[in-house]
Amino acid sequence: MISERDFRGAVEEMIRLAETKLPSDVVAALKRSMEREESPIARKQLELMLENLEIAEFENVPICQDTGILIFFVERGTDLDLNFDMTSAIHRAVQDVTRSLPLRSNVVDPVSRTDTGNNTGDGQPVVHTELIPGEELKLALLVKGAGSENWSRLYMLRPTAGREEIERTVIRTIEEAGGQPCPPTVVGVGIGGSADLACLLAKRSLLRPLGEPNENERLAKMERRILEAANELGIGPMGLGGKTTVLGVHIEKADCHTASLPLAISFQCWAARRASASLIDGELHLEVP
Amino acid sequence: MNAGGIVRLKTPLTEREVRGLRAGDFVSLTGDVVTARDKVYAKTLDYARAKRHLPLDLTGAVVYHCGPLVRRTSGGWKVLSAGPTTSARLDDVQAEFVRRTGVRGLIGKGGVGAQVAEELSRLGCVYFAFPGGAGALAARSIKSVKHVYWKELGLAEALWVLRVEDFGPLVVAVDAHGKNLYRQMLQSRQRSR
Repeated sequence: MISERDFRGAVEEMIRLAETKLPSDVVAALKRSMEREESPIARKQLELMLENLEIAEFENVPICQDTGILIFFVERGTDLDLNFDMTSAIHRAVQDVTRSLPLRSNVVDPVSRTDTGNNTGDGQPVVHTELIPGEELKLALLVKGAGSENWSRLYMLRPTAGREEIERTVIRTIEEAGGQPCPPTVVGVGIGGSADLACLLAKRSLLRPLGEPNENERLAKMERRILEAANELGIGPMGLGGKTTVLGVHIEKADCHTASLPLAISFQCWAARRASASLIDGELHLEVP
Repeated sequence: MNAGGIVRLKTPLTEREVRGLRAGDFVSLTGDVVTARDKVYAKTLDYARAKRHLPLDLTGAVVYHCGPLVRRTSGGWKVLSAGPTTSARLDDVQAEFVRRTGVRGLIGKGGVGAQVAEELSRLGCVYFAFPGGAGALAARSIKSVKHVYWKELGLAEALWVLRVEDFGPLVVAVDAHGKNLYRQMLQSRQRSR
C-alpha cells in the first residue's frame, strides 16, 4: 500500500514536471509548425516559444508565469485500499509545490477576489474522480492557464443541427478567439452527454497526445476537417498571422437526450502542459510523455 | 539603433521614437517597464479620475500586461517567469488609461480591439507583442525588480517596476500610424474568401 507521504511526493513531482517541461508530442508539433511557417513574424513567435521551453527545463522554472489552475483526473479502482484521504493529499501536494517550485498564487474567491495564497480552496485544485474496477490508480493532470480557459464555450445546439453545424460552430469559435488563447492551440471538443458532461469530455480530451485521432473513424474525420479549416483561418502563432492556428483537434462524445445537442469547446494554449502517473506495485510511477 | 533587424530602444519612450516604429518591426527594450493588469488599471483610473497622484510618473513609460511569478530573496525579489497576459481584457479602459497616464508603449499578447488600436494610434502609443507563455525567456531579460507598488492587490496583480535589458524581440503589432497586424490578418482572410 502506498503511504500518504509517497503519494504526495509523486503528485508534487508530477506537477513540477508538467509546469517545467512540455510533452514530446507537443514539442514535436511546435517544431513542425515552425518548418511550415513562411512569415518571419510567425516563425519568430515559434522560435521564442521553443527557446523558452529550453530555458524552463534547464532552469527548472515554470514555462509560463500563468502556472494555471490544476485539474486532476483520477481513475480509482474500487478494490484499491488507501489509508489516507486522496483529495486532501492532493491539496497538500499543491500547497507544498506552490511554495517549493514555486507556482504563482492564482486561486481567488470568485466574488471578493481575495487570493487564497496557496492555489487551493473550495473546489481547487479540481479533482475529477472516476471509479473503475480492480485495484488500479491512475492520475492525469492538466495545467490550465486563464488565457485559454476564458475561451471555453458551451453551446446547446438544436438537436437536428448535425455534423456540419457542429464543425462550423467549432471553427467559428476558433476564429472568434483569434490570438487570445495563445495559438497554436489544442482544441478539445465534447459532443453530447449533458451540459456538464460535454464540458468534461472537452476538457478530458486535452489529455490525449497529439497525433492520436479518435478511434471512431467518423469522429477522426471531423477532427481532421476542423483542424484543416482552422489552419486556413490565417490566425497563426499568437494571432499575428500564419499557417498554424491549431496543433490538434480532439473530439470525445457521449450519448445525449433526444431533444438536445450539447457542444462544449475547451482550448489549451501552445504550452499544453500535462502529466500522468499510475500505481504499479504500490508505487506511483510518473509517465513522461 | 537598428542592429540585426532589431530596433533597440531605451525607456521611457518619446513620441518621436514611437512614431518612428512601423507594424512588423522587431524591437528590444532596455530600461524600466512597469507591469499592470486588471486591478492596477482599475486603481490607476480611480486615482486619475479623483485627481490623486499616482505613486510614480508614467509619462513615456512602457506598460507590460503581465502578472509575474516571483520569488522572495534576501535582498528583495527575483522574477522567475514573466510572460504577457491577455491584453484584450483591458480593452474597455485601455484608451482612457493611456490618455490619462501618458504611457507610450504597451507590451502584451493577443492584441487589442480594433477600436482601441485606432485610439492608441491617435494617442501616439504602440502595442508590442511578445509570445504568451514565454515566461522563462522573458524573465532572462529582467535584471532586477526596482520597486513594487500596491502589493496588497496580490503579487500577480501588483505594479512591478522591472529593470530590463534587451527585452525582446518584441513585434510592433499596432503602430502609431493606424496599422494593426491583427486586423491586417483578419482583412487578408476576408479578401481570400
